[in-house]
Amino acid sequence: MSLVIDSVCKKFQRFPALNGASLTAPQGAFVALLGPSGSGKTTLLRILGGLEQADSGAVRFADLNWLDMPARQRKAGFVFQQYALFRHMTVAGNIAFGLEVRPRNERPARAEIQRRVEELLELVQLKDLGKRYPSQLSGGQRQRVALARALAIEPRMLLLDEPFGALDTKVRKELRVWLRHIHDKAGVTSVFVTHDQEEAFEMADLVAVMNKGRIEQVGTPQDVRRDPRTAFVSEFLSA
Amino acid sequence: MARKFRKPTDDPLVLKLLLGAIAISFVGLFLVLPLAVVFKEALAKGFGATLAAISDQDSLSSIRLSLIAAGIAVPLNTVFGIAAAWAIAKFDFPGKTFLVTLIDLPFSVSPVVAGLIYVLVFGAQGWFGPYLLDHDVHILFALPGIVLATIFVTFPFVARELIPLMTDQGRDEEEAAATLGASGFQTFLRVTLPNIKWGLLYAVLLCNARALGEFGAVSVVSGKIRGETVTMPLQVQLMYENYDYVGAFSVAAILAMLALLTLALKTLLEWRYADELAASHRH
Repeated sequence: MSLVIDSVCKKFQRFPALNGASLTAPQGAFVALLGPSGSGKTTLLRILGGLEQADSGAVRFADLNWLDMPARQRKAGFVFQQYALFRHMTVAGNIAFGLEVRPRNERPARAEIQRRVEELLELVQLKDLGKRYPSQLSGGQRQRVALARALAIEPRMLLLDEPFGALDTKVRKELRVWLRHIHDKAGVTSVFVTHDQEEAFEMADLVAVMNKGRIEQVGTPQDVRRDPRTAFVSEFLSA
Repeated sequence: MARKFRKPTDDPLVLKLLLGAIAISFVGLFLVLPLAVVFKEALAKGFGATLAAISDQDSLSSIRLSLIAAGIAVPLNTVFGIAAAWAIAKFDFPGKTFLVTLIDLPFSVSPVVAGLIYVLVFGAQGWFGPYLLDHDVHILFALPGIVLATIFVTFPFVARELIPLMTDQGRDEEEAAATLGASGFQTFLRVTLPNIKWGLLYAVLLCNARALGEFGAVSVVSGKIRGETVTMPLQVQLMYENYDYVGAFSVAAILAMLALLTLALKTLLEWRYADELAASHRH
C-alpha cells in the first residue's frame, strides 16, 4: 500500500510551482520533502491534502485514486505551520472536531469521543489542558494540539507543513524527537515539509530533495548524502 | 538635574488636553447638542402632549411600518452580506473586484437616486410597470417598495464590516476543517460563523439603526400615503410640515431612543464578553 506520486504539475497563473514531481514511498514511511523556498514542497503537500488541485499527474495511495477524492474524504491529517487551531474552541473541542463532524452512522458516541480526546491529550503530553483555549497556550503546546487534532481522525496519511517553523530552537529539537516517536507508535505514512536539512536527516526514513518544482532525488538520508545524483543535490546538501 | 523621562510616543500634557478639548467640543456640538434639543422640544408641552403625539393613529402605524420594513430588510441583508463576505474573503474567482465595487455602490449613490431607480423600474411607466399592473402587484407606494429601497440603502453594512474581518482571519481554519472531514456547511456553521459573531452583531445593529432611519430613498418610493406607507422618518417630516412641532420631535425622539438603545446594547455586550472579544482578535 505504498504512496505513488506520478508527474504532478501545478501552475499558479504563469508560475510553475510543480513541474512533474514524482515519488514512491512504502506504507508507514516518514518522508521529508526537503528543498529551498519556492521548490514546490508546500504546494505538493497541499495537493496531497486536497487543499490545492493539481493541473495534471496522479497520486495513488491505499488503492485509491487520491486526487479524485475531495479533501474531506481523504482522511489526510494536516498540520499547518501556523497551527490553524480553531480559536473559539477549547483544546478538547479542537481535538474532537474531526470526530464530531463525521456523518451520523460513522460518528462515535459522545462518551467515546471524550475518551479518545483524553487518550490523545495524554499522547501529546497535554493531559490537563483540555479546557484551555488556543490563545492561552505556548507555540509548542499549540502545535501538539494541532497534531493531536490531526491524529484524532485516524488518518491514512499525516501531512506536516514545516510544523516547527514558528518555534524556537530548543522546542523544535524536543518536538522532533517526540514527533518521530508518535509516528512510530501510530504507524501512519507521513509526509513532512522542511527547508532544514538537519531536521530532515534526523527524522526521515526517506528524504526527497526538491528543486524548481521537481523531485531531484529520493533516498534514505545516508544514500542521498553519500551519493548525490545531481549538481543541485550535492550543492544543497553541502551547504 | 534629572530630566523627566517621556516615552517617544507620549504627547506633552498641553497637547493632550487641547486635542481632548477639541474632540469633546466637536462631539458635544454636533452630536450631543442636537440629540438633547430633540428630547427638549419633544417634551416642550409636557409629557402628556408627547405621549399623545406618539399614540396618535398615524404615528403608531408609522412606527409599526418602520419596524416591519427593518424587520425584513435587516435579516435579508445579513444573509446577503455574510454570503458576499464569505465568497470574497475565502475564495478567489473572476469578477471578485467587481463584486466588491458593486457592494459599495449604495454608499456612493444618493438615497434619493436609489429611490428613483425603483420608480423607474417598478413605476407605472417603468420597465415592469405594465406587467405588474396586469397582475395587480403593487411594489411602489406599498410595503414591498419600501422594503426594497431599505434593502438597497443598507446593503453594504454587513458586507463591509465582515469582509475585512474575514479576510484578516484568513482561510487556515477553514482549510483545517476541510482536512478533518467537515463539509462546507459544517465548516461554515462550526468554524466561520463563531469567528465572526462579534463583527456580525455590530454590523447587524448598525444596519438596523440605518434601516429605521432611512429617509431619502423611502420618501421617493412610498408615496407618503397616510397611515399606510409612512415610516417614522417620513412621519417626522409630515408632522413638521404641518407645524406640529411637538409631534415631529416626539417621533424623532423615539428614533433617537432606538439609536441610543442600539448603542447601549452594543456597549453592554462588549463589556460582558470582553474576554471572548479579545481572544477572537488574537491569532
